[in-house]
Amino acid sequence: MSEKIATRVAYGQALAEIGHDENIVVLDADLSGSTKTSEFKKKYPERHFNIGIAEANMMAIAAGLASCGKTVFASTFAMFAAGRAFDQVRNSIGYPHLNVKIGATHAGITVGEDGASHQAIEDIALMRSIPGMTVVSPADAVSTNALVKQAAKMVGPVYLRFGRMDVPVIYSADTKFELGKGITIKDGKDVAIVANGFMVSQAIQAAEMLAKEGISARVIDIHTIKPIDAEIIIKAAKETGAIVTCEEHNVIGGLGSAVAEVLVKNFPVPVEMVGIEDVFGKSGKPADLIEKYGLTPDNIVEKARKVLNRK
Amino acid sequence: MDEMTKKQLKKTATMIRKGIITAVASAGSGHPGGSLSLADILTYLYFKEMNVDPQNPKDPDRDRFVLSKGHCSPGLYSTLAHRGFFPVEDLKGFRQADSYLEGHPNMEMVPGVDMSTGSLGQGISAAVGMALAGKLDKKNYRVYAALGDGELEEGQVWEAAMAAVHYKLDNLTAFVDYNGLQIDGNISDVMNPEPIADKFAAFGWNVISINAHDFDEIEKAVEAAKACKDKPTVIVAHSVKGKGVSYMENQAQWHGSAPKKEQAEQALKELDEYLSGLENN
Ligand SMILES: Cc1ncc(C[n+]2csc(CCOP(=O)(O)OP(=O)(O)O)c2C)c(N)n1
Ligand SMILES: [Mg+2]
Repeated sequence: MSEKIATRVAYGQALAEIGHDENIVVLDADLSGSTKTSEFKKKYPERHFNIGIAEANMMAIAAGLASCGKTVFASTFAMFAAGRAFDQVRNSIGYPHLNVKIGATHAGITVGEDGASHQAIEDIALMRSIPGMTVVSPADAVSTNALVKQAAKMVGPVYLRFGRMDVPVIYSADTKFELGKGITIKDGKDVAIVANGFMVSQAIQAAEMLAKEGISARVIDIHTIKPIDAEIIIKAAKETGAIVTCEEHNVIGGLGSAVAEVLVKNFPVPVEMVGIEDVFGKSGKPADLIEKYGLTPDNIVEKARKVLNRK
Repeated sequence: MDEMTKKQLKKTATMIRKGIITAVASAGSGHPGGSLSLADILTYLYFKEMNVDPQNPKDPDRDRFVLSKGHCSPGLYSTLAHRGFFPVEDLKGFRQADSYLEGHPNMEMVPGVDMSTGSLGQGISAAVGMALAGKLDKKNYRVYAALGDGELEEGQVWEAAMAAVHYKLDNLTAFVDYNGLQIDGNISDVMNPEPIADKFAAFGWNVISINAHDFDEIEKAVEAAKACKDKPTVIVAHSVKGKGVSYMENQAQWHGSAPKKEQAEQALKELDEYLSGLENN
């Protein structure tokens, strides 16, 4: 895990790689250098449109383009994609089930210095509550590349969540990914750590720390929160009997909730959640914020111990 | 405006610009360009016009200011610090985890900040709400807001513009920091909001166009806004993004990037030279 690449960078590269498909149109709201849709723009300027600082407008324009058969990627920060434009995403994209891929970058607290006004910790909760919306939060650059390409091929709305911060590349280039299918990164029998986004690499570290204590932890990447891979979660519950979820999102409404929904209906086991504990973020260096909000391997280890005691 | 007052305002504005550079440079991130273009207006409002008291920042009768273009927090923070709301020294903590000076204005954490902003297009609506409250409560306070010219691309700005006219909010004065630039380049290339003055006029606002860096013009416009009855005023302030730091002026790249150590030193040196020029004549 030496190389580090932000998932937003991988997103921009993936767009540039698939841009030869003339059906693809990319929209941005004055953030193309940050969202990295600028990579697509460099190669295909005639199919990249800057809508200006008007995210709500951008989402409805995306819907119109999609209704005419385009595959549309619309990008801005997660805060404004899911927050500002929620009504437009819900009613113009979600309700008519249009083929719009929302490339939402700068999600979560690792945005850093911009502070809480720009740190979306509610976006997954909002997006997964829209009927028919696929919701994806990839862990690294390799999975981002694959999942963006699959999202482009499938028909229907997809919310793609990316981070600003450089994060470890955890997958080898030949790994197979499938939307809606979780990945067991490491097997284990005592507890299962279910994570997504950059928390997957934190979970891998936590599992290594737990191994030193003689605790065997399974690590699962749920890159697609919706539709969720119930099978892999139920199997983990049956085989380990305890689950810790890890996400860079409010513990209300995100991955932890989605996993709990699967478990209560199928095979209830104790669950502990690592995530933002229902507070707003703040300014600071990403590394400091990761500590402050407990998105650390140490905290995952502590929650693992706690959930083991509840078995 | 008499020459003494004008000279003092120019000095204060330069100190505020120095604070902007210091804050952004020590954070290693932040938005200098639009903070510098707004600095003279902020100076005029907080040091000449607005009824505010650093000892009593939540006084219900105070004038309000909403930085709708919340990314220009360095400009607002430096102004508030120099006005005595908190120590100037604290600007060095800007955007850091152990500081209260959040990347975008936070009204709960920063003394003197009247509205939390950062998501563009919303602050002007909040200012409309404050002005409406002033009318309902029959208070005499005035509400000021600063918008970016790029920010005008947000539809919400025009919803607020309509509401302000509908409710005859003559206690509201909005500034448009017309610096011609946004993140991705010239406003006219990204998504042209022009003609700005005509648009506000069509919505029913009293429109005044000025040079944002001329204290006489700022004063005249603010006074005219106070005299104008039954409608809100917008002051379309033609400005230079990055004003006061030679290498930042009119450069889109300085919208949201911080100067490195040597660059910051050069900026502070230029501002100091301007200050001593003011002293010496
Ligand atoms: C709703 C929303 N969309 C996008 C952004 C990101 N953003 C921050 S500043 C900016 C450009 C603002 O340009 P302008 O209003 O002209 O500001 P100024 O030139 O005065 O700095 C953008 C797009 C934001 N803060 N809020
Ligand atoms: Mg501007």
